[in-house]
Amino acid sequence: MFLICSRLLDLLLVLFGVSVLTFLMIRLIPGDAVAIMLGANSEVTPDRIAALRSQIGLDQPILLQYLHWLGAILQGDLGVSLWTRQPVSQEILQHVAPTAELAALALALGAGLAVPVGVAMAWLRGRGWDIALQIGSVAGLTIPSFWLGIMLILALTALAPDLQMLGYVPIFEDPLGNLARMIFPAFALSLPIMANLARLLRSAMLEALQQDFVRTARAKGVRESLVFFRHALRNALIPFVTSVGITTGYLLGGAIVVEQVFAIPGLGRLILGAIAERNYPLVQASILAITTTFVLVNVLVDLLYAAIDPRVRS
Amino acid sequence: MKRGGLLLTIAVLLVVILLALAAFAPQVAPYDPLAQSILTRMKGPSALHWLGTDQFGRDLLSRIIFGLRASLGISGSAVLIALALGGTLGLLAAYYRGWTERVVMRAMDILFAFPVMLLAIGIIAMLGPGAGPTSLAIAIVYTPIFARLIRAPALVVVETDYVMNARAIGATDLRILLRHILPNLASVVLVQTSLLLSTAILVEASLSFLGLGAQPPTPSLGGMLSDGRNFLMLSPWSAVFSGFAILILAFALNLLGDVLRDRLDPRLQ
Repeated sequence: MFLICSRLLDLLLVLFGVSVLTFLMIRLIPGDAVAIMLGANSEVTPDRIAALRSQIGLDQPILLQYLHWLGAILQGDLGVSLWTRQPVSQEILQHVAPTAELAALALALGAGLAVPVGVAMAWLRGRGWDIALQIGSVAGLTIPSFWLGIMLILALTALAPDLQMLGYVPIFEDPLGNLARMIFPAFALSLPIMANLARLLRSAMLEALQQDFVRTARAKGVRESLVFFRHALRNALIPFVTSVGITTGYLLGGAIVVEQVFAIPGLGRLILGAIAERNYPLVQASILAITTTFVLVNVLVDLLYAAIDPRVRS
Repeated sequence: MKRGGLLLTIAVLLVVILLALAAFAPQVAPYDPLAQSILTRMKGPSALHWLGTDQFGRDLLSRIIFGLRASLGISGSAVLIALALGGTLGLLAAYYRGWTERVVMRAMDILFAFPVMLLAIGIIAMLGPGAGPTSLAIAIVYTPIFARLIRAPALVVVETDYVMNARAIGATDLRILLRHILPNLASVVLVQTSLLLSTAILVEASLSFLGLGAQPPTPSLGGMLSDGRNFLMLSPWSAVFSGFAILILAFALNLLGDVLRDRLDPRLQ
């Protein structure tokens, strides 16, 4: 209970800090943000600049601006997109599905593949494979997923010219077409996650195999495969769970880039489009929404960690 | 021991070669990376152009060598700033504890709460694209990472007997920090700088791939990959080689950090 309370207090503090920093973003633009947003054309009159300034609330004292902004956000009002006049929250909702699906699929692929690979890496230790495994896993960690994606497109175009792999179709309209389009970007995005989690699992396995309970199990005559999978693996999976939370941050950022490679209309397209149009309120709101999600996922993972590992609670 | 030896040799050799290529780019590159030639557009590798040419007939090898230089320059300066800033904050937090630590680490927690790419994109969105803003953005994003990485081992060193002794004989805080604590963190700093420079290279490449990094015509690896993607079916060479260069650069630095960590911390073997 104490743990939950102190985590919640931390959470509120961090979210407050995140909101202040995100709020300050527009205010920290060098020069006149409003003039920059409107750009240089003949329609920009002092009247329009003044109107936009008051629309964003830049004509008020800064503390008041922040309170108004935060108050609106807490009521679910993220503001209005500068050019389309649509509520920002609606624009984000329209783009969130492809990104969320891509990130979830990549996480599932990465974590799913990491278990057998990590176990195999621990199993192969000291059997002459160590150099190859280390080189392979470092290569997996550092392969740029956007490049891997482009190479996949190149290879698939040669192998299966008829395959539709670019763009996006909603999963409920055409599940198979959806999978065909999402599986390759998800794989490209998942490889560094897989390498990272597999390495983590390997060292956790090696550590668990030296613990007393493993020695006891061996001493009482448990088969080596059972020792490996039941005793060592189950304990090695605990740190695995925590790092999934950190991975979410990589996923959200990586998805923005991989989406561009596979022409997926997700949050990446929304944010990059908004940057190109200097639609700063949209950029600001998207960053706030994504970061809040990331923070909440991490808190959930922490609590989950406490739930599965009794040592953390005490 | 043998395994560490061989891998260390590979890693050091790769890093030295790449650093030398970047440092001596103007001397090493066979062509001017900006020189266009309409007659030799999008050619494959040949004796004249070892890696082929891009859509403007520019020599890919020369552009990649200059791209390495830009990539290492931008990420390297960013990581150095982050190390200086984050390292100092982490060190002060570990040394003074109490309110200093609470305020510093809370501030770092807040910066750390943003996904890396997202915060970097946000900062560049505000400052405008370019090499300078990219470097600054990466520096800001990496500062809390360094602060956390330095604080943890510093907490251990602060509690050691020799630091207590130094304090007892009346050494000043600055002297203790610089002469007694910092040297003992050298191996951590070395390993983490190498590993984080590797990831910073990938962040920089992602940003320039998105068109937010160094602007054309300056050759950047991410920018070349993005260009190459547009001509993928006509001529894949630009995309293949520029991305491979990013991989090799990030790989070499990561392997170096990884091997050094194994060597310096035998428990992880």
